This record gives sequence, C-alpha cells and structure tokens, in this order.
Amino acid sequence: MQKTSFWGGVHPVYNKHFTAAKAVAIIEPPSELILPLQQHTGEPARADVKKGDEVLAGQRIASAQGTVSAHVHAPVSGTVTAVEPRPHTSGEPGMSIVLENDFKDDWVEMTKVSDPVQLSAEDIKECIENAGIVGMGGAGFPTSVKLSPPEADIDYLIVNGSECEPYLSSDHRTMVEYAEDVVLGTKLLAKACGAQRIIIGVEDNKPDALQALQEHSGGLDVVVLDTKYPQGGEKQMIKSLTGREVPSNGLPHQCGVIVQNVGTAAAAAQAVRDGRPLTHRIVTVSGEGVQSPNNFLVPIGTPFQHVIDAAGGLIGDTGKIIDGGPMTGAAQITAEVPVIKGTCGIVVLTREQSLFAEPIVCIKCARCADSCPTYLLPMRIERAAIHGMWDEASELGAMDCIECGCCTFICPSKRYLLHYIRLAKNQIAAARR
Amino acid sequence: MEHKPLILSPSPHVRDGDSTQKIMFTVVVALLPAWIASIYFFGLDAVRLVLWSTAAALVSEYVIQSIRRRPHTVSDGSAVVTGMILGLSLPPGLPSWMAVLGSVVAIGLGKHAFGGLGYNPFNPALVGRAFLTASFAIPMTEWVRPFDAVSGSTPLALGPGLVEYSDLFFGSVAGSLGETSVLAILLGGIFLFYRGVLDYRMPLGFVASTALFMILLGEDPLFHLFSGSLMFAAMFMVTCMVTTPVTPVGRVLFGAGVGLVLTVVRLWGNLPEGVTFAILLMNAAVPMINRWTRPRIYGQGVKQNA
Repeated sequence: MQKTSFWGGVHPVYNKHFTAAKAVAIIEPPSELILPLQQHTGEPARADVKKGDEVLAGQRIASAQGTVSAHVHAPVSGTVTAVEPRPHTSGEPGMSIVLENDFKDDWVEMTKVSDPVQLSAEDIKECIENAGIVGMGGAGFPTSVKLSPPEADIDYLIVNGSECEPYLSSDHRTMVEYAEDVVLGTKLLAKACGAQRIIIGVEDNKPDALQALQEHSGGLDVVVLDTKYPQGGEKQMIKSLTGREVPSNGLPHQCGVIVQNVGTAAAAAQAVRDGRPLTHRIVTVSGEGVQSPNNFLVPIGTPFQHVIDAAGGLIGDTGKIIDGGPMTGAAQITAEVPVIKGTCGIVVLTREQSLFAEPIVCIKCARCADSCPTYLLPMRIERAAIHGMWDEASELGAMDCIECGCCTFICPSKRYLLHYIRLAKNQIAAARR
Repeated sequence: MEHKPLILSPSPHVRDGDSTQKIMFTVVVALLPAWIASIYFFGLDAVRLVLWSTAAALVSEYVIQSIRRRPHTVSDGSAVVTGMILGLSLPPGLPSWMAVLGSVVAIGLGKHAFGGLGYNPFNPALVGRAFLTASFAIPMTEWVRPFDAVSGSTPLALGPGLVEYSDLFFGSVAGSLGETSVLAILLGGIFLFYRGVLDYRMPLGFVASTALFMILLGEDPLFHLFSGSLMFAAMFMVTCMVTTPVTPVGRVLFGAGVGLVLTVVRLWGNLPEGVTFAILLMNAAVPMINRWTRPRIYGQGVKQNA
C-alpha cells in the first residue's frame, strides 16, 4: 500500500508495545475530582457553581467566556467542595472546581438524536460547543471555534490518527474500539466545516486501527502514513496528505484544511448522537516507571496519582511524570495534577532514563537540520539565542519552529537546541508586543 | 511514596542513543580496513607512521588543552580520527618525526588555534598534510611500490592506461599508505553509511562532479576516481562534519566544488594530487555556501487559501 510522508523527522524508540494491544479499561472513579477552568487554549471558563452546590454527572459546571473558550461538565455526581487554585499540568496552579464524588453516578438527562448526519452544520457545531469539546490530541483548541474559521474556504478535513508520540496508545485504542464513533464523528465534523474531501490518516504501525476504520469507513478515505515522528504534527499531516503548506505565522484554515484528532471525532459523535458532554477521555498510562501500563477511560479531573495507582503504581526510581508523550509532553512537579481534556497519556520514566549526558560542543553534523520538519537550521538559531541575537534568530525562522523536539532528540552532542529556540521565540514575541 | 523530587526539564524527554564520541569511534573503526590494507601493502611503515601520527595527535590535544586551561576532551575520539587520517595520507617512506610534526600542526594550528573541536573551519588532518607538503616537498612526494618498497611512480604521475583498474581497485599501486586500496576504503565507507555517520551527499557531489568534469574534458573518469587520494577523501575527508556545510543542498554543492577544484589541479596544476587543496579551498567557502543554500522554511512564500 502506498504510504505518504513528509521531509525530516526522527524515529524514536516507540515503546508502544506496553499498551497498544490493551483494551481500554474502566477506572474506579476517585473520591475527589479537580476540574480546572482552563483545559483549553483561550480564555478560562467561568465557574457556574460555588462551594456546597450539589451537581449531577454531565451537568455544566463552568461556561465558556469570550470567543475562544469551552464549557466544563461534571464527570460524576457529587458536591462542590471548593473553587480554588490547584496544581495544573501547565505547571502553574489553575483555578479549579473541586468535586467530591458521591458515587451515586446520577446523570443529567441527555437528548439523543436518531439520525445525526441529517442535522445542519449549525446544529452540529452547537452540539459540539455545548459538550465542551476541545482538541483531544493535546493542544486543546476549542473544536467549535476551529470549525468556524473566519471567511475561509475549507475543502479538506483531515482526521489525525497518526499518534506519533512514543508510548501513547489512546488514539490507537480509540480507533480500534470506537471506530464507529470516529467515522461518524468525522462525517459530522466534515459537515460542520463544509469540507468536501475527507481523509483519516493513520500511521502504518497501527494495522488493527487501519482495519477497524476501513471496516466502518462507509466510503471515507483512510490513508496509511509512514511511521515517523512528528507525523501527527498538524503541519506535517497537511503536507503528507495534501502536499499543501500552512502559511508561515498562519493557521491551517488559511490553506483550506482543518485537522482534528480521532479522539475529538469520537467525542463529537457521542456529543451529537447521544447528547453526551465531554466528561471522560481515554488516557494511556505507560513507561518503564509504572507497574502495569494500560489504557483507561478516565473521568476528567482525576488526579494523575489515582490513574497511576490504577496501573499498579510507580515502580523503581521515578524520574519524571510526563503529561503527554515524551517528545512534547510536560514534566510534572507533582502527581496531584488532574487529567484534563487534552491529557492523552501519562508517561512515567525512571530516574536513569531522565538523566542525560552534559551537552558538549556542536560538531555541525547537521542532523538537527536534516530532521527538522519545518526545514530550519536549529543549530544556527540555538547559537543566535545563546548570544542573545534575537533579530538573527528571528531572521533564521525561530517563530516557524513547531517545537517538535526532533533537533534536541537527535543531537549527538546532547545540546538543548529546542530549549534555546523556545527562549528565542519568547524574546521575539516579547519584543513584538 | 516518592523519595526524591521529580525531575523537571523541557521536552523532549527522550534522546537518541548516538553520541559525538560514538561517531568518532565509528570513524576509527571505519578507518581500520584501509589501515590493514596499508599494512598488507607497505608493511611496518604503515604501522609506524599511523601510530606516531595518532599518538602525536593525542598528546598535542592533551598538552594544548592543559596550556589553554580547558577541560580535557582527548576521550571524545576526535584527535584519534585526525591522527589516523593524517597518518594514512602520508607516503610510506616518510620519517617518523615528520609525521609527528604534521600531527602537532594538525591539532595545534588546524584545530585548537580556532577554539578546538567544532570550531575549526579547515579539516585539521589536511592542514597537517598541507603543512608537510609545503615544508617537505621531496619526502612528501617520494612513493614506493607495494610489497618491495622500491621507489615508483603513482598511477596519477604515470597517467591513465599504464595501470590495471584491478590494481587500482585492490590497492596494489604506489601511493599514500591508506589511499591506494579503493576496496578497503569503500568497506569503511559502507560501514559508516550503514551506521548513519556518513552523509552520502558530500561524496556523491564530489564523485559525480569529478566524473562529470573528467568526461567533459575527455579524460578517463574511472581512472581518476580510483587513483590518488580521491576515494579516501570522498569517504573520510569531504564527509568531515565540522568543516562542511550544514544545509542539504550546500553539502552536495560542497562536494561538487571539491570535484571541480580537483579536476583543475589534476589536469592543469603543478601538484601531483589536488585533493588536499581542493578540500581546504572549499572549507573556506563553507560559510558562503551555508548562506546561499539556506533551505526555504516550511510555510514561507506560500499563498493563503491555495
């Protein structure tokens, strides 16, 4: 079968074997859930409840405010015990609704639709907005906003099932076990944004996911992608599947494309067809630092520690607990942080895995340039940043960096290339303000 | 539960297993076939010169870093590579002290004068070789036949048609120690390529452009590719990471430029072999090549709403 790909990229050790074949397990809900008001890109939601309020599962407890924002719903029934700052995966404490689970699992009434594909684009978007759905691949951009780009002609919808991050298998399991939802969601998203051409792209290291999608596809185009990191990067997906490029400093809709994650598609299907808000998500818990790596259906707001315990707990000398995959995820300072809408995985690395050799001098091997999927010269930007030459860093295209981490990953001198490029990006952005 | 605090550091949290030290020692291993071939053809002279030049490179590195009060990095393997490449590019009869001097110049002037590993614009081994060629023109161009060490001319001096291709390929000709056997050199090159250390773009540009220019000028391309330092340079010198361009197109152009200068030197120059100066000249052009061949960045120059 013909495979599509992009220029650059790297081949990390994927370590998918830990969880790829494990069916999604239902997790015992925790007694306390922490629901941050900020689980998405944009403005935080506004809390609709206060301390002492009784809430039902599926009830909206915080509402979107501003143009780019998303509602938050309660995953379980119970009592609000606090609305206060709590540890957040972003690294800074975030205002959160703390919910005490009453373990009654009382749900709100949900309105089912018998023939969801007959709904109008506006109705579909409304359902998605009401369900509080955001991009579930990690970036967390509110989906209803993404589906309504300003004055742009969308002809392509790409549904991203490449899941190129090592260890993670939540999208993989979504495609295998919820193939029907992914396909229905894809059709609904396409209708909502008016795209005529629809592609679901899956890396060739997930043959069972490809097979499941093809069985349910109903005429949708399921395309095999080369297994290579960062195949699942939005810009790389677009390049691989359409040959187009997102304009520099622009967004995908400017080249007529919208990309959605498979998990987002499945959530959209459940929202439109079943009236179900986004309250649970599939989370992969993996890595050499957990006892029994697994995939779980987790209520949003569940603390990491609770999910890790469900996977048998930590083993060995724990080095890092990562929100997301090891290439782009964020190392956490505590396991008290909650799973949010964009948490596709929790990866625990041992201390030995987390320590790297000290950086040494650049030998100009150009492996960073050869692996950069945006064709930058990372070693040049790094050097400019080290010397505080922000204009030069900008001129070298620092702002076009997608922060995939290929350069730092591949560097034989173990230099912190991306770290310095991020520094340059911050400085350049600050200067522009 | 947790005994030590969690480690915080920016992503990515996993790294490739390769390292600069591993790259250097991979090159050392790749040089072994050429060295073994040189011992087979030229006997103990090959052992003597390579050992002296390598030892001198290591000692120079250590002493210079001591004087400069810099951390010692002898163990990174780069000095071994420089010493071995220099040793293998010397004529078999050269006195040992000249090899030592060449290594001192290679490491001192070629490398540490510019700041050490990673900062040198010129290939250190070639700086050493150029220094020796300029200083000791006669001993640096006295060649001997393999096996019997009777003085003889190199295939390049003899000209095409007088040497069998098979002798050129297997290395049974007069020449610098490690540069005669195309077979042994290619074995090392294939190993480097297989281990991901050799970037094919520089040798490709070099070999293809040399062959092209030779054909255009009515010369025998195969003879030129198989004789002199060309194949050794293609695998071990134009592939030097530090002194070559970092852009994809630039790497091909660099190789092609070396081929062009080499052709000019071989056909019209006074030097018997042009590889040394061809590469050094192109080393000087690297910053310019990098500037001219900067890749177009993804999404730049793309129209909105294509």
